[in-house]
Formats: sequence, structure tokens, C-alpha cells
Amino acid sequence: MADIELLPHNVPSKSDLPELVEELTTLNLGPTHPATHGIFQNILKMDGEKIVSGEQTIGYIHRAFEKIAERRAFYQITTLTDRMNYCSSPINNMGWHMTVEKLLGVEVPKRAQYIRVIMMELARITDHIICNSILGVDTGAFTGFLYVMQKREEVYEIYEEVCGARLTTNMGRVGGMERDLSNTAIRKIHEFIKSFPPVLRELEKLLNRNRIFMDRTINVGPISMERAISYGFTGPNLRAAGLDYDVRVMNPYSSYEDFDFTIPIGQNGDTYDRYMVRNEEMWQSLKIVEQAINNLPEGPFYADAPEYYLPPKQEVYRSMEALIYHFKIVMGEIDAPIGEVYHAVEGGNGELGFYLISDGGRAPYRLHFRRPSFIYYQAYPEMCKGSTLSDAILTMSSLNVIAGELDA
Amino acid sequence: MLTNQEVAEALLEKFGDQAFDFEEPYGLLTLSTTREQIIPMLEFLRDHKTYQVIFLTDLCGIHYPDNASKEFMVVYHMHSFIHNFRIRIKVSIAEEDIHIPTATGLFASANWMERETYDFFGILFDGHPNLIRILNIEEMDYFPMRRQYALEDATREDKTDALFGR
Repeated sequence: MADIELLPHNVPSKSDLPELVEELTTLNLGPTHPATHGIFQNILKMDGEKIVSGEQTIGYIHRAFEKIAERRAFYQITTLTDRMNYCSSPINNMGWHMTVEKLLGVEVPKRAQYIRVIMMELARITDHIICNSILGVDTGAFTGFLYVMQKREEVYEIYEEVCGARLTTNMGRVGGMERDLSNTAIRKIHEFIKSFPPVLRELEKLLNRNRIFMDRTINVGPISMERAISYGFTGPNLRAAGLDYDVRVMNPYSSYEDFDFTIPIGQNGDTYDRYMVRNEEMWQSLKIVEQAINNLPEGPFYADAPEYYLPPKQEVYRSMEALIYHFKIVMGEIDAPIGEVYHAVEGGNGELGFYLISDGGRAPYRLHFRRPSFIYYQAYPEMCKGSTLSDAILTMSSLNVIAGELDA
Repeated sequence: MLTNQEVAEALLEKFGDQAFDFEEPYGLLTLSTTREQIIPMLEFLRDHKTYQVIFLTDLCGIHYPDNASKEFMVVYHMHSFIHNFRIRIKVSIAEEDIHIPTATGLFASANWMERETYDFFGILFDGHPNLIRILNIEEMDYFPMRRQYALEDATREDKTDALFGR
């Protein structure tokens, strides 16, 4: 560029100008901020309203599950998995059971597999309704959240009927389910299939084409597919970026190959796409639940593996073998074969993996959880760089970071 | 459909005796390599035109205190979406020289996974941009997942290993 000659009156004299001091503001978001929906801290450097950089601190609810697991019998680890992604604990429970079954070589009967599918898909629905309705809350629509919470309550009642617990479910056993679906449970599942669509449609009506919601979420916190893959994204967040990777389809487990469902994908990987992907996944999950409950196969709900599956209580009082197995299983005296297994299920947030190494003892030699939240949350500073604080809150909300899963 | 055999042969051809201990536990191709070759191997798999093992699923450490001069192991799980092919690569390192090159240059996701591995096992990832503790408090002066740190309180006598231990 040619030199521009400044005319004397255009040259500002130094003394006329106030000295500009550039200063960044440090903002402490968390650890206990209501907008983070969990206990983790972000130290944000702000330039006015724009975020320049972010530094994350996590580990506030770290409970050393991997260490504890090294001293616990296999069935006692189920209760640890509950407490990872507590919005969809049945998926964690089933994922763990399937990992152990793979190690032991136990084949689970069809009926148990279908019951598991029903429970896992109901769990996915509860996971996604929380994420999506909270996204509504963060954009200023509180009503939708309260409205769909009723439906989560109904799913929790189904859990309660199936396993006795609501949040930390400890559902199922290694080798099958702990009990068959009761008539009440079946009735409640049918009721849910009927009553959920109108509610979800209403939430869609509130948000999907809402101008305010769209303006707040489109192009907010986007991530490209390449970056998402590099950052280890899985689940709805990766699918929103445009890659149709779903463990249920790629490596079907628990008879997922029997069901007809589609995998929704997004294009831009932004908050709106993540919302829409989760929204469509709820419809697909409902479809799977409906197919599974209508085609529920007859037969036993647990595998014929007496050395691993707790015998029925009345048997324990009558037969010697049952009593011995009961004692051995409860005391954790069952030795697993030597081996190493990696098993992954499609959790609420993505690929939930269990890497289990057994040295032939009663507890794992090493157990590592591949927690999707932990792996993709590290992309957060990159995603919210340059955006405003209010948008950063939405980005975090739409990533659905669950503190329990993050910290394990 | 990519077979384990095919990838194993390609790795043997490329890395020779630096790729060894091939196994297939539960159908998942497992192999070991040295720490000098781990980054070239990950890069070879990632940038391979047909295999495209572009996804680092998981990275974790294991402690084997009884394996002399191979006390620690770092395990990489990789995934190729296009072929739906998974592979597991192990690297053993000695306690006296507990270093391994970082994979953060290849995968952004390796950052926290390596920090976690450092946090719990004390494995040092050379070249990592920010190798500090992640889940435990910074003041901690030991690496809790090492096997010498017992889970139960050592002063308790009612919980003996004969009854409750592993």
C-alpha cells in the first residue's frame, strides 16, 4: 500500500488523546453457579462482553470410582456406575452388566435384552428432556421445563416399579434382570408411550420454531466435524456436527439390530442442532420402546448361569446349590476368568466405554470408564471463544455436561 | 470390511519388530509397541488412506508393580468410523524412566486423557502443553491409582484381605 501522507491537521498530538489501557476482566463462572448445572468452574477472561479465553477446573465431585472398583466384587460396581451419568443411570448399569457378561461369556436371553432396551431408551428420553428443557430455561422459557418434568417423573415411576429405585437405579443383574416386568410396569410403559408425544409436541411448539429461541441458539457454540472428531466427541454432540456415529447401530448390543429407528444428524454443530438432534432422538427412542414392548419375547428374564446370577430367594431356602451360590455371589467369591474387555454402549451423551482387565480374581484388576462428558468438555473453551457470556451458558447447557460423569 | 489380519500385516510391514505381542481378545486387535514408535504408529493409522483410524476413543494407564522394568502401561483405543474397526495399542514403560511422548499433537482429545493418566499414575507425557493434575487437588503428593496405595484404611483389623480383599 502506498504511503498515505497525513496532513498536519490529521495527525493527532499525543497529549490530546487519553491513554488507552487494555484490560481483561476475569470472571469466575462456578463452581456453584446455577447456570452451570453442576459443580465445575470456568475462569473466563472477558474483553467487555466477549470471552477471550477460558480455563476449566474440574474434579469437585471426584469419588475415585476406578480405585474403589479395584476392591469390589463385580456386582458391587453397578452402584458406582449409577452415579456417573445420573440423568440416565440405567444405561450405565446395563453397559456395565454387558461388559461383565462379555468377560464371563454369558448369553442373555432375548426377553432380558428387550427389557434392557426399553429401560435404556426410557433413560435416554429422561436424559434428553432434561438437557433440552434446561436449554429452554437458559433462554428464558421456564414453563416448558416444569411441564416435561412431569413426564420424567412418570419414567421414574417405571424405574421404581422395575427396580425399586428412582435416580441411582442399580437396575438389572449380571446375566439378566433382577425381576420380570410386572403388569403394572407394562401398563405404565404403555401409558407413557401414549401420553408422552403430546407433551413433547408441546415442548417442540414452544421452542423449535420460536424466533427468540432460534436467535439465541443458531450459530451459538458451533464446532466443525473435524474438530469434534479430534476432540473425541460422541453421541448427540457429534451427530449434531454431522457425523452419523451411533454405537447402537455400529456395534449393536442387546438386540438393537432388531429395531427400526433412524439416527438424526445435524449440519452445523451449533446449539440449535444439538437441541434438534436430541429432540428427534427422543422420538426415535420412543419408537424403539414401542417396538420392544409390543414384541416382548416370552421366556426367562435371566441367563442360565447359576454361578453368576443370584438364585431366586425361595430356592435358597430349599436347595443346597442355590444356597452355596447365593453365599458365594453375595460375598463376592466368584472368580472371573482372565481377560481384557472393552465394551461400549450409547450413553445419553455418547460412547460410554468400560475397559475391564481381569486377572482372574474376584474384582477387576483395572477398570477404566470412558466417560463421554469428560472427553468432550475439554473443547468448551474453544467453542465459546469470542462469544458472549450468555451464549457460553447456552453452549455449556447444550453440551449436557453431567458433573458425575465428568469427574467419576 | 477391514480385518484384523490385514491391519496387523500392514503394521508389521511398516514397523517390523517394533510391533509385537499381537492378540485378539474378544475380537479386538491388540498389539504392543515401544514408546519411540507409538506416535509414528498412531499417526500412521490416522493418516492411512484406507484405514482412517481417526478417532482416539480412550487412553488410560495401568500399573503392574511386579513386571520389572515394565511397571506401567499406557493403553490407546482407536476407532475407524469408516470401517467400524477398533484397535488397541499398548506401550510398556519402566518406573525409573516414566516418560512417553504426548499424543496431543495428533488428537485434541488426548489432552485431558493424558492429564488424567498423569494425575493417577504419574506417567509423564513429554511435550504435553499443560501437564498438571486434573481431578485430584494440586497439593497431592502421590499418584493414587498406583497399586501400593491400598483402598481400605490400613489400620483397620476387622477388614482383613482374607475375608474382604481381592
